Amino acid sequence: MAYFLQQLINGLTLGSIYGLIAIGYTMVYGIIGMINFAHGEIYMIGAFVSVTAFVLLGLIGVSPVPLALAIVLLTAMLFTALYGWAVERIAYRPLRGSSRLAPLISAIGMSIFLQNYAQITQGARLKPMPPLVEGGFTVFESGGFAVRLSVLQLLIMVLTLVLMAGFTTVIARSRLGRAQRACEQDIVMASLLGIDVDRVISATFVMGAALAAVAGVMVTLYYGVVDFFIGFLAGVKAFTAAVLGGIGSLPGAMLGGLLIGLIEAFWSGYFSVEYKDLSVFAILILVLVFRPSGLLGRPEVEKV
Amino acid sequence: MSGERVPLLKIEHLTMRFDGLVAVDDLSFTAYRREITAIIGPNGAGKTTVFNCLTGFYKPSAGRLAMLAGDETLLLERMEGFRIASDAGMARTFQNVRLFAGMTVLENLIVAQHNALMAASLFSIAGLLGLPRYRAAERAAIERARHWLDRLGLIARADWVAGALPYGDQRRLEIARALCTGPRLLCLDEPAAGLNPRESAELNTLLLGIRDDEGIGILLIEHDMSVVMGISDQIVVLDHGRKIADGTAAEIRADPKVIKAYLGEEEEAPLPAETEAHIGFSRTGNTC
Amino acid sequence: MAVPPAGPWSGLVRDALVAALVAGLLALPFVGLETYDIGGGALGIRTHFDRVAIAIAAVFAGRFLYRLLRQLYRERPPSAAPPLARIAAWGNRRAAAITLVGLGFALALPFLPMSSRYLIDLGTTVLIYVMLGWGLNIVVGLAGLLDLGYVAFYAVGAYTFALLAHNLGFTFWEALPLTGLVAASFGIILGFPVLRLRGDYLAIVTLGFGEIIRIVLLNWSAMTGGPNGISEIPRPTFFSLPFARNAPEGTTSFAQFFGLDFSPDHRVIFLYYVILALALVTNWFTLRIRRLPVGRAWEALREDEIACRALGINPTNVKLSAFAIGAMFGGFAGAFFATRQGFISPESFTFMESATILAIVVLGGMGSQMGVVLAAILLVTAPEFGRAFAEFRMLVFGAAMVAIMVWRPGGLLARREPSLHLEPRPTAAQSR
Repeated sequence: MAYFLQQLINGLTLGSIYGLIAIGYTMVYGIIGMINFAHGEIYMIGAFVSVTAFVLLGLIGVSPVPLALAIVLLTAMLFTALYGWAVERIAYRPLRGSSRLAPLISAIGMSIFLQNYAQITQGARLKPMPPLVEGGFTVFESGGFAVRLSVLQLLIMVLTLVLMAGFTTVIARSRLGRAQRACEQDIVMASLLGIDVDRVISATFVMGAALAAVAGVMVTLYYGVVDFFIGFLAGVKAFTAAVLGGIGSLPGAMLGGLLIGLIEAFWSGYFSVEYKDLSVFAILILVLVFRPSGLLGRPEVEKV
Repeated sequence: MSGERVPLLKIEHLTMRFDGLVAVDDLSFTAYRREITAIIGPNGAGKTTVFNCLTGFYKPSAGRLAMLAGDETLLLERMEGFRIASDAGMARTFQNVRLFAGMTVLENLIVAQHNALMAASLFSIAGLLGLPRYRAAERAAIERARHWLDRLGLIARADWVAGALPYGDQRRLEIARALCTGPRLLCLDEPAAGLNPRESAELNTLLLGIRDDEGIGILLIEHDMSVVMGISDQIVVLDHGRKIADGTAAEIRADPKVIKAYLGEEEEAPLPAETEAHIGFSRTGNTC
Repeated sequence: MAVPPAGPWSGLVRDALVAALVAGLLALPFVGLETYDIGGGALGIRTHFDRVAIAIAAVFAGRFLYRLLRQLYRERPPSAAPPLARIAAWGNRRAAAITLVGLGFALALPFLPMSSRYLIDLGTTVLIYVMLGWGLNIVVGLAGLLDLGYVAFYAVGAYTFALLAHNLGFTFWEALPLTGLVAASFGIILGFPVLRLRGDYLAIVTLGFGEIIRIVLLNWSAMTGGPNGISEIPRPTFFSLPFARNAPEGTTSFAQFFGLDFSPDHRVIFLYYVILALALVTNWFTLRIRRLPVGRAWEALREDEIACRALGINPTNVKLSAFAIGAMFGGFAGAFFATRQGFISPESFTFMESATILAIVVLGGMGSQMGVVLAAILLVTAPEFGRAFAEFRMLVFGAAMVAIMVWRPGGLLARREPSLHLEPRPTAAQSR
């Protein structure tokens, strides 16, 4: 029971991170119907920016942890958002209206580029990060096994919750959100009605990238290491989360993220650590084959 | 219409529902060999939905679609989409022309004869080895393509890339491609759309010629009344998914229900049930 | 050519300034600030603001020139083809000659005066990628199915041969047909459930499949040796004559049989010719099958699947055949890879490898056989031009993939040769 609870906490933490990344996939897919394969790399960029920012702050001597954390979050979100914007502007915008595979190939190219870019500029070796947010609580104890909830885990979950709430409000209430929902319904009609579609799409990439940056900061703190290759696996897992939840659906992305996090935690807790990534890939394939619209998505109708 | 009418396609109680919305409601009619049957009706009457049910793109919610091939009766609603074309002999064209745009005109017509050629190539083995059996089959396929290219006035453009053809030629190529499958029933979805009056008149002659020479049935959806009234042996009128009339051109013209459906009620029609895009955005983006 | 009036000039400058500013901001945290290990698990920071400045200047100049050229270009008559297209057109006109020269060069390579063991080894690697590119080209270029897990079939081929050799004592030549068969079966097993999926979903599922294969290879230690892989994979023989200094008891070695002095180069040259032959078979097969019903159906499917169904073509069979045949050639290449290296491990079959093969196909121009050769040569030989080339190789390839999609989505040498003509040719009608 205690062990189960511990895995639950670990899974929810992981799931929050996947959920944050998955939102970027699901929003972009909802609006322009493409799989932004480079989104995992955007998250990796966020993690790297946070490492650099942490080190810089340490050198300058900003010691209060909450302050440092806030600054790093903002910096990472800002720079990563800029990367998200630039990727869309360079690699996807010129391809609007072309076949379905062209943007996907372009995105794969972008992903290869960004991975190598980070490797060349920052080096191929792991970047260690000393633990910054320490401490935790013992939630529960039974039979000598203590269920721990660290401050960091709590922070990740709370921050994700707050961001999700804020984000949902933006989509539901703001002018931009309305424009985004309009584009999701029918992009041609939206542009005919005077919505600046290019700007809406850019905003979508910026928002997705900013959320991925938060995930990047959190992962840096949680695992304490970053390297240029983390984007690939995290990207696939977050994409799986988006598909599982129903691609195009925001609550779906979050739900999918949590489910993937839980599955991964329980799989490695009860079955085998070696095959934990296999479980994610297997879910990806099974969902796409048997229920491509996911848990909360709407089915697509083939048009003749 | 000479002699006895031979039924070819029997549609009985066809119903198609989308999430509670009834696009086609209890439709029954029969199409005959050597006859042109037109389905007409206002926008959103369910015409294209009927086509999509017939050709296997939708599974009908209810009803029986029987193709009478000699002694055999093939139930289309039970067949996989591609088998409706290959086994039941149903060929169709699309409202927004769907050619293999990057391939040449001739290649489009050869692809249409895929199943016969595939058998002749012994699933590619004879083809890979270049056996005469396959080469003869390929020559025959090219001859058939040449016949239809000649007939539709496309022979000079046989080696053009299909996507580079003018719009009217693309439409005719699509008909030629459907004919190359050697169909029993040819289904044309608005073949006259986007054609000028001269092209439209040529189309009439062509369709009558195909009906008489090939002895196949033709089923068409059309808005252009000059085409419909000029060549149809039978006209089925749909409104809101229901059949409101069925008869010869003269009978339809005189039918008060038809006149009412087309002209009578001024009020706004309900939302189209089909995914038709009548304006713009055709896949080729090529209009004349 | 008139100098553009003042208005456009300032517009160009402003545009270039914005681009430069964005580039500066993008470069700052990565190019400008490099974290590095200072020992004890801590990081320090090195600054390279000079590089950021260079990046800013380069982007400013590049953007300015690009816009300027485009503006000047727009004033030229529209009939003039863009330079890239003209180069490609030249290449296509001379296709036959280039093919002959290339083939002659490939055949003669081991015996050219400047040839060395090292060069032949490099040639062998190029040819492996050429073969993989040609194999994937069937799936991606002809059938239009984006396969992001092609490396899985390469892996299946390699492991099939390694396991057959170790457990059942198969030689390379005995195992070769089986490796293709097993890889093709994997193609069908994967293909069957997923081929109903739309293009981009299919791509992701193939990626998942590729990773699953790799994870299984990595963890099923009893069978595959896990991360340690399989070593001592037998080398190929020349009609059962081994390449060895001392042939085992009762056999004759290649050198003894032909009365040559033993040289380790013999095997290297032999391997080179084996992969050359395998690659040429792949090419011959592809060119041939393009003119057969299956090949045309692949292309038709790429163009419009719905129209295919309406013509009575079974899309599942068509896709499966493309998948299986593409996988088969991947399997052959894998078997060759295993026998050449003598050692295989999951390391060699990562997603990056799939991406590399895809990059080769995309850059060369999907469907273009010669383009694949060109791209494979560029990719494999780039590191040989210096460390910088090695380091920047994949960076440039990634960027090139984006650039190609943006500017020339058909690929560098994109041009489709019709699979047949109407004979006699109709007068004055020309295909595009």
